[in-house]
This record gives sequence, C-alpha cells and structure tokens, in this order.
Amino acid sequence: MKCDNEGCENEATVHEVVIRNGKKVERHQCEQCARSTGMIQHVSPSAHELLAKVILPQAKEIAEGAGQKRISCPGCGMTIARFRQHGLLGCAECYTAFAQQLGPLIERAQEGATAHIGKSPKRTGGDAARHNRAAALRRQLREAVSAEEYERAARIRDELRTIENANGGRRGPHAPSADAGNEP
Amino acid sequence: MNAPVPNESGAQWLRSDGAEGDVVMSSRVRLARNLAGFPFPNAADNEERQDVLDLVTRAAAGAELAPNLVTLELARLPDVDRYALVERHLISKQLAHGDAPRAVILSSPDEWLSVMINEEDHLRIQAIHAGLDVRAAHTAADAVDDKLESRIDYAYSNELGYLTACPTNVGAGIRVSVMLHLPALRLTGDIDKVRRAVKDMKHTVRGFYGEGSDVVGDFYQISNHTTLGKTEGEIVDFMETQLAPTIIGYERKAREKMLNARRTHLEDKVHRAFGALLHARLLTSDEALEKLSLVRFGVLCGVLKGPDPRVVNDLILLTQPAHLQRVSGRTMEQGERTVARASLVRQRLGAAT
Repeated sequence: MKCDNEGCENEATVHEVVIRNGKKVERHQCEQCARSTGMIQHVSPSAHELLAKVILPQAKEIAEGAGQKRISCPGCGMTIARFRQHGLLGCAECYTAFAQQLGPLIERAQEGATAHIGKSPKRTGGDAARHNRAAALRRQLREAVSAEEYERAARIRDELRTIENANGGRRGPHAPSADAGNEP
Repeated sequence: MNAPVPNESGAQWLRSDGAEGDVVMSSRVRLARNLAGFPFPNAADNEERQDVLDLVTRAAAGAELAPNLVTLELARLPDVDRYALVERHLISKQLAHGDAPRAVILSSPDEWLSVMINEEDHLRIQAIHAGLDVRAAHTAADAVDDKLESRIDYAYSNELGYLTACPTNVGAGIRVSVMLHLPALRLTGDIDKVRRAVKDMKHTVRGFYGEGSDVVGDFYQISNHTTLGKTEGEIVDFMETQLAPTIIGYERKAREKMLNARRTHLEDKVHRAFGALLHARLLTSDEALEKLSLVRFGVLCGVLKGPDPRVVNDLILLTQPAHLQRVSGRTMEQGERTVARASLVRQRLGAAT
C-alpha cells in the first residue's frame, strides 16, 4: 500500500483508524509523512517531561507559598518559573539560589535521599571527601542503632567524632565551588 | 579538526562475547559532570559552549584518556554519520541534533570510551563493555573522570555532590545500565512481571536507544534512576550482583521452559523468522531487529545450527538506517532502504550458512 499523502511514492508503514463523528477514518502513511503530519509522536515521556508534569507543580506551590516567585539566580538569571517549564537548571549556583524550592523536589526524585555520600573530586574536593565520609557514617550509625547493634554504633560514633573535630565540627557549605577558576 | 567517523569494525562491545553474553549484550556506566564557572549547556551561549569544548578537548588530549582518541565536532558531521554514532550507542539522540558547538571524544577503534561534550551536561563520560561487567565499565569511566578532574574544576557541592543540569541526576551523577536480550520472557508474557520487579527495585526499563525509546527486538535497557545518598560502588554492585543476575535467572528459566514444554512452538517461531530474513525483499529496521532477535535466540538455544552469532550481532547494527546507508555507500530514502536492507541481510546470512 502506498502512502496516502499526495505526491508521496513511499510504502505506507504507519496506519491509523479513528472514529470521528461516528465515521471511520483511515490514514496510511510512510514514516516521514507520518512524522510531519503528527501521526507519530514520542509516546514515552522523558525524565524531563515526567519532572515537568509530576514533580515540578509541587515546586510551584512551594515557591508561591514562600512568596519567592520572582527570585532569579545571580549566576545565570534562571527563574523558578523557567526551570518549571524545562526541568533544567541554568548553572551550579541555581542550586544555592533555589535551595528552598529544590530541596523537597530532589528528596522526592531521589527516594528520600538528601545528601551525597559518593565520590568527590580529588583535587578540589578534599574537604568534600571528609564531609561525605561523615555523611556515610551518619547513615551507618542510624542503621546500626535501628538494628540494635550498639557496639558497632559506638565505633561508628567515635570515627564520626574524629572526622567532625578535624573539620571544626561543622558541616560543609551548601555551595558549589563555582568561582574556583577554570584553567586546565 | 574532525577525524572521519570510525568504520564498522568498531563497537567492540557488540562483537566480543562477554560474561553472561547469552542474555547481557553490554554493560554501560555514564558519569554526568559539569565545569565550575560555566552555565550548563542549556543556558550557555555559543561562545561559552565553545570555551567548554576547547577546555575539555585540551584536557582530554593532555590527560591521555586512551591510546588513540578521536574528537568529532558534531555540527560539522553529515546527518548519516551523526545518526551512525547514535546507533552505535556512542552519543545520545539529543547530542545528534542542533547546531550549537558540541562534540564527542571516542577511543578508537574499540569505542569502549565516549565523552559527550555539551549534551545536557558539559560532560557525559561513558564506558561500555561487552556482557555483564558493570564493575569494569565503572572502573574505566571512573579512571577517565579522575584524569579529567586533575585538569578541570568540576561543579561540586559537599552536600549535593556533582551538580547537574537536571536535579534528578545530582549526587553521584552516575547512570549504570545493562542491555538485556529477553526474547523468552517476552514470548512467555512474563516480561511485565520483570518490569514490575525492576520498578520495585527503584530501577527503570528503557528501550534499545535509552531514554524515550521503544522496545524493539526484545532488547531492554535497565538502569538506576536515583543518584543521591548511595555510593557509586553500592549502585554498581547492586546492578552487577543483584538486579541483573535476577533477571538473567528469569530469562534462562523462561528459555528452558520454552525448550522443554513448547519446543515445536519455539522452533516454528525461530525458523519462520530465519526464513523471513533469508527470503524477504522488503525489510523495515524494526522488522529486521525483531527477526534478528528471534534468530539470535534460536542460535543461542541450539534450535538453529547457523548462522554464526557474530553475523547476527553485526546485522543488528548494520540494518539500522544510518549504518545501512554507510555500508551501501549512498544516502537512501526510507522506501529504498527497505529494499537495500533485505538484500544486505540475505547476502550476509547466505554467506554465513
């Protein structure tokens, strides 16, 4: 069967039957024509679309609730409204500028996790490595306590204290090293 | 400067037999990284994107990521070459489109490494291995990450980890995937159970070309979707020792079940698919993949004596639109391609049996 788009000689590979006003309407087109007439559309939503449809509406409420609708990122000028449209942030500083709005959103997307405990950049992330170790230990401590493994918990607590003392007892700033310079 | 797109002998991951190769086609680890001090690609202008591209290519050349690196600036490549890279799983569809400065760095000719520049994030470091070997893929990607990081400052926060354009990738910025061939689970109808199990284990099932693509030819890509609050090792180990082995077990059991209880039914399906490939005069890429999948299955479980499994694996790639045009040496419209594809398949299978 030939594509029913006028002037097209390709074989029809996309078929559609719709009931419109009680009448059966059939369309048979080749892949190219079907794309241009909108018969084929992407059906599987991307992560961004999911984010935009499911998670971001929440961010709207949070932003409006906090009266922060018009905040823009000092780094790139991104606004929460624009982020909501595309699901993408504009720069590393957005994470600081929109910390309040992004927090609950990230927690939800990451199944409840809020802090990174994995790898950190070796050269620029010395402090970060210590913070991450501490975060991992905190989590292990919670697990040990809830499993009633008190001996293990005590060992973890001691290691945690050592790390936190070496670090001045404070957790790291919630800010990226955005001004660290970029020469290779 | 743009080197030519590597030829069809690349894509080692598709050619050599890896661990659990009857079910697992390939293992892939992708790391998302951004440079500190630059807007993410979606918010950057062309000058900033070009700066990022130059910084990264210079760093990559100095860091000796692999013995032989090829840098391809995508804006300068013809369509067919860009889509060939997508078909080889070396770049995403997103990177193939548009005319802003963007590139991919490949290890040549093996193609185990590809570094996408200015995709959704400044850097997407990808290592791909044949069969089930997520740990090796991770070790390789991790080493490349370290080498680049010794020359480039990454956007990183102590609290949130590697900062990415999409907040769903923040943290470890790691995507661990295995490409599985699950014909028996599809034929027995148990594939929906697998989908549910994967979802319950907080992972995602995708099609042959990853995010947003459909499942064709029983090839399923399974990947993690959370990247925060776990170490890279935990994410990698879970895939390698728990999730992938569970699904491999399901698929093997389903294959056994079909061989024992419905052998004739299975033989019929496999031989019909092989027959269609040997005799068809028109073949769409989806039909080719669907039939090649069944033939691969038939060869693996001994129902079919030929063709050589390597020929089948090659055809999985060569029947894709861009590869078909590159092998044929000319650009073709879709209708023309269905003829050329059928002819290529007949020729390759005929020569092999």
